[in-house]
Amino acid sequence: MRITADTKVCVSAGMCVLTAPEVFDQSNEDGLVTVLLPEPPEELREEVAEAVRLCPSRALDIS
Amino acid sequence: MPPTKAPDSLSFPVRRRCPFAPPPEYERLRAEEPVAKVRLPTGGTAWLVTRYDDVRTVLSGSAFSADGTRPGFPRLFPGQEQILQRPPFIRMDPPQHGFYRRMLIQEFTLKRVKTLRPGIQATVDRLLDELLARTPPVDLVDAFALPVPSLVICQLLGVPYDDHEYFQSQSRIAASGTSTAEQFASALGGLRAYMDELITRKQRNPGDDLLSKLVTEQLEPAGELRREDLLMMCLMLLHAGHETTANMISLGTMALLEHPDQLAALRSDPELLPDAIEELLRYLSIADFVTTRIAAEDTRLSGTEIRAGDGVIALLAAADWDPEVFGEPDRLDIHRGDRRHLAFGYGVHQCLGQNLARMELEIVFSTLFARIPTLRLAVPVDELSYKHGTLLYGVHELPVTW
Repeated sequence: MRITADTKVCVSAGMCVLTAPEVFDQSNEDGLVTVLLPEPPEELREEVAEAVRLCPSRALDIS
Repeated sequence: MPPTKAPDSLSFPVRRRCPFAPPPEYERLRAEEPVAKVRLPTGGTAWLVTRYDDVRTVLSGSAFSADGTRPGFPRLFPGQEQILQRPPFIRMDPPQHGFYRRMLIQEFTLKRVKTLRPGIQATVDRLLDELLARTPPVDLVDAFALPVPSLVICQLLGVPYDDHEYFQSQSRIAASGTSTAEQFASALGGLRAYMDELITRKQRNPGDDLLSKLVTEQLEPAGELRREDLLMMCLMLLHAGHETTANMISLGTMALLEHPDQLAALRSDPELLPDAIEELLRYLSIADFVTTRIAAEDTRLSGTEIRAGDGVIALLAAADWDPEVFGEPDRLDIHRGDRRHLAFGYGVHQCLGQNLARMELEIVFSTLFARIPTLRLAVPVDELSYKHGTLLYGVHELPVTW
């Protein structure tokens, strides 16, 4: 599982950080999404998938 | 096209009948006429969208525009064109929208919001001390539900709380839904003048607050933000920070008191609180029709043809009660734990302050029911007066006793 985050479309709603705080953060500089674990362990798959689904600007992808 | 009833048969906004539930018409529309034409109070028509998937479609993607300056953008209230001529960024499309939103997002990240927790807790504690020193019944709206978010947003923005009676009364006129265009213009004019003067004061004497930061870093000539746009942005933040959370506190308290099994479950397991808040957000969906849009191109939605330039209202409360997504939507179930609700909207305009709102609600509900375990309504719910037809749904007064 590999996560990509598009900071060009991120609107910093914070749903990803709320849903999978081990994996996502928001930058101190600009408030946009940062990925803490680009290849998170399998046991986090469900949370990560939920975060991807909930992102209102569809800035996240898992491959 | 599906068969339609007499054209323009339904007038909008539709009244809620139960204090908590969306208008019952939404259920029929969702089942029979998911994209229905309605008459607006300002004249003109718009499409009412009631299914969860359709509401998400309208609020994401580029087929529907939030640009309030487009001719034909749906106006729900007399005088609203005075805002739409030069709207705040909630009525703009990308990339223009992002230019403004990005000036603010650092202040509303989850990390930043968490740093406000001790201050908000202290505010809640103090207001409850004052409330408990009074002889019941006490109006919870006036003594608690409105002051909490008002104090929080005033401090964050750098607006003197001492002025709250003025800007709250003017905001109430501007957002009442029943004001005339003249009343609206006068209230908006007053608010603009108030904010303009405050900006001047921050230019002379900046403090440690968001407005000062915007004035020193973003406002022309230091930055690219024009004074008129800063002014509307701050008025929007002030209003959005107030009324939304205040209505959620009063109605949320009411909903929990009216569902004693749910309140008991929450008391016995405080870890349920985050899920309970998501459920209250879904169940009440107080910002039901702030999400107006205009079709940017010819398109289809649930089989209905929508032409470029048609107004669209994506109903959040209808989406959040869609039984295809939320089983038994009329049941308040704090165990539901479902964040797919659209109470904060969806798409690039999804509420910027949502994590601040969540935290305020967490502190409020955990503290209120712990400090006043015998809290109860002093007046039955069917005798209270509700904010029908206003942009944000709520209860005017909530007398409580203990």
